[in-house]
Parts: sequence; C-alpha cells; structure tokens
Amino acid sequence: MHWDTLVNQFGELTVTGLAQGAIYALVALGYTLVYGVLRLINFAHSEVFVVGTFATILTLRMVGIGPDEPIPGMLAVIGIVTLALLISALASAGTAVVVERIAYRPLRRRNAPPLVFLISAIGASLLIQELIALFLGRDYEPVGNLVKPSVQFSIFGADVTNRQILMVAAAVLMMVGLDTFVGRTRLGRGIRAVSQNPDAAALMGVNKDRVIALTFVLGGLMAGVAAVLYDLNFGVTRFSAGFLIGLKAFTAAVLGGIGNLRGALLGGLLLGLVENWGSALIGAQWRDVIAFVFLIAVLMVRPSGILGESLTKARA
Amino acid sequence: MTDTPVVPSSRTGAIGEWRARFSAAPGWVKLLVAAAFVALIAALPVIDPPLLTTPESAFVAVLFSVGIYALCAIGLNIVVGMAGLLDLGYVGFFATGAYTVAVFGSPKSELGTGWPWLACVPLAVAVSMLAGVLLGWPTLRLRGDYLAIVTLGFGEIVRLTAVNWGQLGNMAGIAQVPRPPGKRSDGSKLFSIIDVKPFFWLVLAAVLLVLVLVSNLERSRVGRSWLAIREDEDAAELMGVPTFRFKLWAFACGAAVGGLSGAIYASYQQFVNPESFPVQTSMMFLAAVLIGGAGNKYGVVLGAVIVYYTPERLRSLDDSLVITWYVVLVAAAALWVWTNRRPGPAGRARRWWLGPAVTVAVLALLPVLLKELPTWFGDRGKIDQLRFLMFGAALIVMSVFRPQGLLPNRRRATELADRAKEVEAGVNA
Repeated sequence: MHWDTLVNQFGELTVTGLAQGAIYALVALGYTLVYGVLRLINFAHSEVFVVGTFATILTLRMVGIGPDEPIPGMLAVIGIVTLALLISALASAGTAVVVERIAYRPLRRRNAPPLVFLISAIGASLLIQELIALFLGRDYEPVGNLVKPSVQFSIFGADVTNRQILMVAAAVLMMVGLDTFVGRTRLGRGIRAVSQNPDAAALMGVNKDRVIALTFVLGGLMAGVAAVLYDLNFGVTRFSAGFLIGLKAFTAAVLGGIGNLRGALLGGLLLGLVENWGSALIGAQWRDVIAFVFLIAVLMVRPSGILGESLTKARA
Repeated sequence: MTDTPVVPSSRTGAIGEWRARFSAAPGWVKLLVAAAFVALIAALPVIDPPLLTTPESAFVAVLFSVGIYALCAIGLNIVVGMAGLLDLGYVGFFATGAYTVAVFGSPKSELGTGWPWLACVPLAVAVSMLAGVLLGWPTLRLRGDYLAIVTLGFGEIVRLTAVNWGQLGNMAGIAQVPRPPGKRSDGSKLFSIIDVKPFFWLVLAAVLLVLVLVSNLERSRVGRSWLAIREDEDAAELMGVPTFRFKLWAFACGAAVGGLSGAIYASYQQFVNPESFPVQTSMMFLAAVLIGGAGNKYGVVLGAVIVYYTPERLRSLDDSLVITWYVVLVAAAALWVWTNRRPGPAGRARRWWLGPAVTVAVLALLPVLLKELPTWFGDRGKIDQLRFLMFGAALIVMSVFRPQGLLPNRRRATELADRAKEVEAGVNA
C-alpha cells in the first residue's frame, strides 16, 4: 500500500483518471444505448471501437502524418483531427450497423433466447477482431504524433494538458449532444418509446428495426470519437485493444446504471478515477484487476447502478 | 428403454431409425458397441490412420489436446448446456487446476512441498471447485448477461494474478510439474516426453470417467433442477427449486472438471505459465460446446474434436483437399437425410434445399479459399492464424441457423423450435 504516493500525486492522478475515464464514458454510451433498447450486451461494441482506432490511423497516414513526422501547424491539426473524427465515427457507425444486420436482426426474427444473442455477439466480436488481424496484422500500430501535450494550466498542484482538456471536453460535449438528441428530437422519442415497450411502440407506428439500427449508429458514432481520443492519448493500437476498453466501458455503463445515458458519463469518469487511484495505491500492474474487482463489487452492492437503469428517465 | 420421443421427427429417417434401434437394444449390446468404439479411439495413435493423421504436428499430441478440450467442453457444458448459465471465463478454472498442481507438486515452486501428482490432482480439483464457488457466490444472483461479463473478467483476473504474483513465477511460470507415476518393463518412466501415448490414454480415461459421472448427475435431482433452471428460472424457483444453490453447484461441478483438465495438461506440459491461458481459450471451449450442441454431452465432445482437430488437420492442405472433399460429400449426404425426414408445416412451401445447398457450397469453397489466403496475406493467411476467424463466423452462423448445435439436446432443440414457431404464429412478434 503506497498511501503516500496516492496523497502526494492526488491531483495528477485525478486529472489523468478523468481523461481516461472520458474514453470509457464514450464507449460506455454505446453499450448503454443498445442495452436500453434491446436489453442486450453488445459484445461486439468493443470491436466497433477498435475499427475506429484503425480508421483514425489510416486517415492520418493518408494525409501524411506518421509517427516520425513533425507536428504540423495549429490550423492544420484542427483540420486533420476533425477529418479523423469524421472518418472514424463513420467507420465505427458503419461497423455497428453491419453487426446489427448480420448478427442480431436474424435472431430477432426467430425470437431467439437471450443466450443465443450473446453467443452471436461474441462470434461477431471474434470475427471482427480476426478480420482486422488478417488484413492489418497483429502488431501494435503506432499513431502519428498529432497533438503534442503541453501544459495549459494547473489546478490543485496538478498540471492539465491540452490533450486532457480535449478528451474530457469531447466526452461531455458528445454526451450532452446525445442526451439532447434522445430527449428532444422525433427520432429520439422513437428510441425512448422502443426502450419502454417495443410492442406498444410498434403499434403506435414506430419502425422498430429502424430505431434499433439508429441506436447502433449512435453508439458507433460515440465509439468512433472515443477511438480518435484513444489514439491521440496512447499513440498505439492493436487488433485486440478492444477487449480491455470494452470490459471497462461496460463496467462504467453498469456503474452509472446501464441504459442510462448520464449514468454512462458519470460511471466512465468514476471508473477512470478509481482505477488511477487504486493503481497508485496497490501498484500499476494490478490496474485491470482493480477495474474488474470494482465491477464485481458494484454489481453486488448496487446492480442497478448509481443513477438507475432507465433510458427514458435520463431526462427526468 | 421405452421413451416417447419429444420430437417425433428426430426418430424418423435413416439415422433416426438406427438411433431408435440402438436405444431399443439390450444393455449388454450397447455396452459392447460403446466398448468397441472406445477401443477404436484408444487405438488411434497406434494405428495412425493415413487420412485422419495430422501431417504437420504429432498425431498423438493433437489427440491429447483434443482430449483436454473435450474434458473442458464437458465441464463447461454443465454450466452452459445443462444449467443455462453463460460462463466466458472458463479458462480461469483450467488455469487454477494447472497452477495448483504446479505450486504443490513442483520442487521449483516457493512452497516447496513437492507432492506427487496423484496427491495434487484431487487438490487441484478441490481448489478449482472452491474458485467456482468463490466466483459464483457474489455473481450468480445477477442477471444472465451480467454473469457473462463478470466471468469474462474473472478469466482475466486469474491470468493477471499469475502474471503479477511473484510466488506464481510471473511470466516464466513454474517448471518441473510432477508427472503421473508408473514404470515400463525396462524401468523407464511410463509418462514421458518420448512417448506421449500414455498421456492420451490418461485423458481418454478421464473423459470416460467424467462422462459417466455427468450422465449420472443428469438423471439425479441436481440434473433435473439444472434443467428446470435452464428452461425457466422463475418457474423453477416457484416450484420450490432452490435456484441459487443449484446454480452454485453447476459452477462448482463445471469448475472441478476444468481443474481436472488443467491438472492433466500441466503434467503433460511439465510447466505452467500465463501464456497458456489467454482469454481466447475460453472462447474455444465455448465454441466447442455451442458448435457441438449445448446440453448434449456427446455433442460437446464432437465440438471439441471439431474445434481443435479440424484446424490441425487442415494445416497441410495438399492432402487435406482430399479429406475436405470427402467431408463435403458426407455433409451433403447427412444434410440430405436430415432435410428429407422433415415433412414441413402444411400450407407453407419450405425452401428446404436452401440451407443444405448453402452449407455444401461453403464447405466446398472452404478448401479453395484456405489455399488462396496465404498467397494473398502471406503468413497472416495461414490456417493456424485463421482459427478464431472461422470460429467467430461459425458462432454467428450457428446462432442464426442452428442454435441447438450439431448434435442437439432434444429438449433444448424443442424449446428453440417452439420460440421460432411463436413468431410464425404471431404470438410474440
């Protein structure tokens, strides 16, 4: 137990924890959306995220940003990041829709039991991972160095870099956008209706299949944004990178209350903090174990999460 | 045996007729047939049959690994197939068994007890069982889908503990795991690296033993409770089945079999390290159970054979082309029998030929594709790299078209068919 490390570096640990938690939160939104509508853990969502990380790398390479290139000017960086966000989000959303069409929709038609859905999801997850490995290899892929970390300001003795601001801001912004979309638009109303009662919604003229596809698109978009942030932050990705992120994002979703959008944000940030504080306390090599044990503890104590499990009450 | 078939169609057609005749035969005939079959399997490494043998890796070693997989598949089947709980971290129990033998048996471990293998095996089974209870106690009250993700985390916790805990040897693991006792007539050790056959017979014996135990369990009060839980947990609880206790039992029994498998595996390898227990192995076990047919203990053994043996066999493609075509022919014939025995619901033209036609086409294209992939992707396109790709695809295809598996459990297949019919009838659309 290194209490002194935890106390001395508390500010710094908190800032980095929040930045990492932002990624968990964005991926968690995808789990939560799909769970809210289909009552299904979309195991393939972690791979939807990984597709985004690779789309980002390929985009950066296309515009000529490799790991060894110098960093371009400010305006160019903003342009390139925007482009990467766009392409990554589209790639992830596209993958999510394909997964839904191939692995889930046929099962819905057959009224398959939940276990079969899970198995199909695991199959989809394996398949995407291995397709990436087949086409792009199993090695770590370095990402172009695009946003150089520079300290912007200090708070409670902790330095805050531009990257960390970008990550947390992006997560909060996407979250607010999604929350507004689900809560205020016509399409969002469809999502809430289906999550409340699919049959009644269908009787009221909601196109169930289209709503479900829409939730996958939204989740994919969030994962794509998270993927860009992940690439910028860690500078490297791999075909199997989704496993850990996926598990942790799911933990975040459960922590906040699965099916609850705001809960996903809260859970993600909280998990990032707990993980960072815990690894300072016990040792960095136990980081992932801390996250999993935390998940089990949360499920035991409060399985419905901090904010409760309702997609529809997210705006209450 | 006089049972009224639950699914009438499963007892018609050429295959069904033979099955019916077999189950009507007197006990000693069944025993004789089974004994002959087992003897044939046991003789496989000695005969080394030309078409079945694996050209690129030692046939005995492959058979041994198939046995290890079969053991794990039977154990996992208790949890997934019989009790209907999804366990994605089964490799954790396998690793627990292996590490227990290493820690208590190896002179290299820091504990330094150096117990013989025979003493370590029951201990490994007990420790794995305990691990199953410890994992199940907090998590089995959860919903099924939460359970899946928690067990996934558990498998990873076990691996990370092995990596990070100094006493377990970190990445290097523990060497000099004890081997089973026994000497040959010339005084050399019976279980050694020089001749792996005894290991295969050992695992075969373990598979048979566990099969007998499991079929007894199936027909006991415990087995009936598992079945009730699988079909409808709430209904089971209402009928007075203490569901939590029996789910915990399922976890413990499944874990025990996994531990036994790990104990045999560790003594075969003679060392354990975290690299032998990645998450993907859990997926392989699960694929074996689901492809073979969850709930059917013979089905999951078939699944283990498919999951481990097939990729090994297909490694050398020159003569496996022959065997693949042969498999295609057999599959075509089997599918023909299978589809023709179905009358199909009245009033609705079934495109009965579509499924078999697509299956046969895919199977026929597979060897061509496998031959071409290495030229397109280099080493990445080789068969041992494609294993998980194929299993991922197989899991989706099976979930959509044949969720009951290749050799289904009849009761489970009926339930699945019923649910599909409800959609057709518009009950639950």
